[in-house]
Parts: sequence; structure tokens; C-alpha cells
Amino acid sequence: MLEVYGVSKRFDGFTAVDGVDLSIGRGEIAAVIGPNGAGKSTFFNLITGHLRPDAGRIILKQRDITGAPPHRICLMGMGRSFQRTNIFPKLTVFENVQAAFITHRRRGANFWDLSDRLYRGETEALLASLGLADKADALSGALSHGNQKQVELGIALACDPEILLLDEPTAGMSAAETRETIRLLERIAAERGLTLLFTEHDMEVVFSIAQKIAVLHQGRLIAEGRPEAVQQNADVRRVYLGERH
Amino acid sequence: MTRIPWTLVVFIAGLAVPFLGSRFYTFVASDIVIVSLFAMSLNLLLGYTGLVSFGHAAYFGIGAYTCALLMKSANVPFLPSLLAAGLMAGAFALVFGFFCVRLTRIYFAMLTLAFAQIVWAICFKWNDVTGGEQGLPNVPYPDMAWMSAAPILGNFRVGDQFYLSALLIVALCFAALRRLVDSPFGRVLTVIRDNPERAQFIGVNVRAYQLAAFVVAGFFAGISGGLFGIFNRGVFPDFAFWTKSAEPLIMTILGGMGSFWGPAVGAAAFIVLNQQITSFTEYWPLTMGTVLIVLLFVFPGGIAGTLTGLLARLRAGAKPANAPASTPQTVKPNA
Repeated sequence: MLEVYGVSKRFDGFTAVDGVDLSIGRGEIAAVIGPNGAGKSTFFNLITGHLRPDAGRIILKQRDITGAPPHRICLMGMGRSFQRTNIFPKLTVFENVQAAFITHRRRGANFWDLSDRLYRGETEALLASLGLADKADALSGALSHGNQKQVELGIALACDPEILLLDEPTAGMSAAETRETIRLLERIAAERGLTLLFTEHDMEVVFSIAQKIAVLHQGRLIAEGRPEAVQQNADVRRVYLGERH
Repeated sequence: MTRIPWTLVVFIAGLAVPFLGSRFYTFVASDIVIVSLFAMSLNLLLGYTGLVSFGHAAYFGIGAYTCALLMKSANVPFLPSLLAAGLMAGAFALVFGFFCVRLTRIYFAMLTLAFAQIVWAICFKWNDVTGGEQGLPNVPYPDMAWMSAAPILGNFRVGDQFYLSALLIVALCFAALRRLVDSPFGRVLTVIRDNPERAQFIGVNVRAYQLAAFVVAGFFAGISGGLFGIFNRGVFPDFAFWTKSAEPLIMTILGGMGSFWGPAVGAAAFIVLNQQITSFTEYWPLTMGTVLIVLLFVFPGGIAGTLTGLLARLRAGAKPANAPASTPQTVKPNA
């Protein structure tokens, strides 16, 4: 589904991501972990086209997307959520999700139809599956943090992605909200046959759903593999897990 | 409580103005109608797309010169000239906008201003075509023969007849703008305004849409400029000057950029105030400035924004305990 070869990114002499290789198969749930500043978000921004890599290649579904602009990568079947919640705060929850349906199905250049009438059924169904049906008409910017994260997930899912990149999907959530979100993600990934790639610093979350874990440290990939193998890896224990235990 | 069709009420009131028989009222009404189109076109950028243009007068000026030159020098009829004014302004907006949308925020605003000043400088210096500093005086009124032959309208002065044509044209432009902002295209613009980064990742080519909005706004500013040149009986370089760009900005903020009709309300308020104050005192810029400051504090979401909020609160008045406080932040903006 997604292959990354030797991707690097430098900012003013500081190497944020350094020759990272990663390959994720269709339907796989993979996590990228690492301490703060390890380059996780930069790595995501390289994959989604928000940053242009200085070296390396990125292949999505056998097509080279290195350096392609974000909107084109999105239209090729990649969805993403952001670390800091990233929604359309002055639109209602319904409009947030509906807008994603409109743009992703390339109806945005339509000057004539009434946008209110488009994709109502799809939007309502998606909101219901996220448990947001009763908040459809609320101004999204006024919702709680957890609800806003759900709205963002709704926006990403409305783009009907085959692969979904989630940057810290449970950041800032309470323990209960985190559990709920994880269950929701697992369910949706299973229902839609989604490939998931996420970053997270809650290890409980990572080890509960990831089938594959990649560990970044100072921009380098220091381990990659099944959760049990990563947990046993000496380097990982030293630089990362060791800091906590 | 049934909804009052305000748009229709205002339009009919507008149609009735010439029946008052006063040159002055028709003059003020023409000014309001034409300039509100200018302000409304700017709000497509300001309120809907989140782009602050400091150079919208460029397209107003280009439209005014195009229409005036065609009608005065080439004897082209009114409607084709006016359409050409819009298209010419839109074409320039396409070229200038191509560069402007590559920049963001204050840099975008500065570049729009720079392009507008170039347009102004050309109008000011190109004596052979634009008449330079003297401008183009004596722009003819359109041929109103058909209207003069009509039963009731025939008795009106040519100024009244032109006012009615302008009212009709501007109403059509407003209908088109309304349709546009309610369309999927309009929704994408609001999405870009709210969050351009996220918009990219629902598959929106942000720059392309910003450019499209810029061109549409330029087109309607051009139509407004074309009408204004005829109304003003002359076209002058200061139509494209930066102070002219500030006017629709002030009107839009005064009326409320969060609501569709806000800029038109702001234009009406601005023009009426200006008229009243200039007739009372020679220190009108000082008085006008003071009044504007007070109005901005009294109506923080703009006149239209505050009134809509107030209406919403009155409607929810049956159960005031649950009614949300109607601050401008909770007034739902353009969507």
C-alpha cells in the first residue's frame, strides 16, 4: 500500500528525518513511535505532501507521489488527521463532513447546485457511525476537544481513504475518551478494510492495536517489526522505552 | 412567526425611489446600489474565502475605464460595454491574482495593494487613453429609448431611468453571488477560509480556488465600476487609488463580513452617513471617523451581524434561560 525509501528532510542543517524506509501492506495497522522531536510529525508531513523530501521516494499504491501536492495525494486515497485538531471551526459538524464529501468527489467546481442538498445521506450515516448524530448542527469550533477529534476523523473518512494517517489520534483525551476512540478506530478500520498508520505516545494504545511498529529516534529508524519484537529490541529499550520504565 | 422576505422588500423599496420625485434621493440610492455591489464583491474574498485584499479598487477602476472608453470613444452600447468591463476586470484579476495567491496573509494584502497602485499609476499617466490626471469626463448615459417609450417609466428623468437599470443589474449580480456562495464552490471557499491546511487534505487545490474567487470578485467589482463611471458622469484615476480600496473594506466591516448582506448594509450606512455629515460640517472626515469608531464598538459583528444575532435571540426569547448569549462569536458566519 505505502512504501517509503530512504526519505530525508533537513531544516537549516538540522536533519529531522534521516533516510527512513518503511513499508506498509494493505489492511495493516502500523504505528510510528519515538520520543518528542524524533521526527514523527515531519515524517507524516513528508508522506502527505505538506513537506517535500530532500531525498528518497514515496510510493502509494505503486505510484510515485514524491513531491506531489497534498490535495492530489488526498484524492489518490490517503486521508489524514493532524496532531493539533484541524477542523473548520466556523462550520457546523454536518458541514465539516459534508464539505469533505463535496471536495473529495470533485464537486467543488460546481457553481450552480445548492451545496446544502448534496451528500446528506452519506454525511448523516457517517456522523451516526461516529456517534456525532446529535451534534450535527452544532458549530464545530464550540465542541469539546474529544468531539472535535471525532469531527476530524469524520472529515478524513468522508474522503473515503484506503490508507489513513493519524497524528496522535488520542492526544489530549481522557482515559475513557482514549479507549472509546481506539475502539472506534479498530471498528472502522475493520469495516472499511482501512490501512492505518498512526503516531502515538501512549504506549498502551500502541501495543493494543498496532500490528507493526516503527521506532524513530533523532530522525533515524532504529527498529521496525511486530510489537513483541520491538518491545524486546535492545536499542529501543535503551533510547526510548527505557526512559519511562 | 413567518419570515419576512427582506430581500424582496428592499428591492421593491428600491424600485419605488424614483417615484419620490427627488433628484437627491435617486442620486443617493444610485450611489448605494452601485457601491454595495463593489463591497459585496470584496466580501466574496474577505468574508467567504478569508483573503484580505487591499487593492480591490484596481478592478473597480479597470471596469470603469473599460466601460467608459467603449461607450464614449467607440460608441459601443451600454450592456456589451458593461459586460466587457466585468470581463476585463476579471481578466486582470486572473493575471494579478495568479501572483497574489502564491502569498499568504499580509503579503497577499500587500501584493494586491501593489498591483492596484500600478493600475492607478497607469490610469494617471497614460494620457492618450485614460486622459491621465483629467480622467474621462462626460461619459454618456446609456440609450434609454426603450424605457422612455414605456408607459410609466417614460416620465422619469434619465438619471432615474439609469438608476432603475442599475438596480436591476445589481440585483441580478446579487442573485448570482447568492447562488455562488450557496453552491458547492461557495462551500469550498468557506472551508478554505476556516482552515486552508485542512482544506488541502480533503482534496482542495487551495490556490486554484482562491484564484477563482479572486477572478469572480474582480468581475463583479468591474461591473460595479462600469456602472459607477456612468453614474458619476466621468471616470478618474482615483477610482483605482488605494483610498478607494479602503472604502469597501470599511463598508464590509461596518456592515458585517459574516453575513451575506452585511457589505450592502454597510455601504448604505456609510454613504448615508457621509451625505449627512458633509451637509452639517466641514470637518466631516473627523466626524465620520468618530462615528465609525463608535459604530464598530456598538456593532462588533457589523450592523447586519449584530441585528441577525439580535433577531435570533428574540426568536429564542420564549425560553430565555436556554438561549445562548448572542455575542458575535456565536453568530453563525457565512456557510
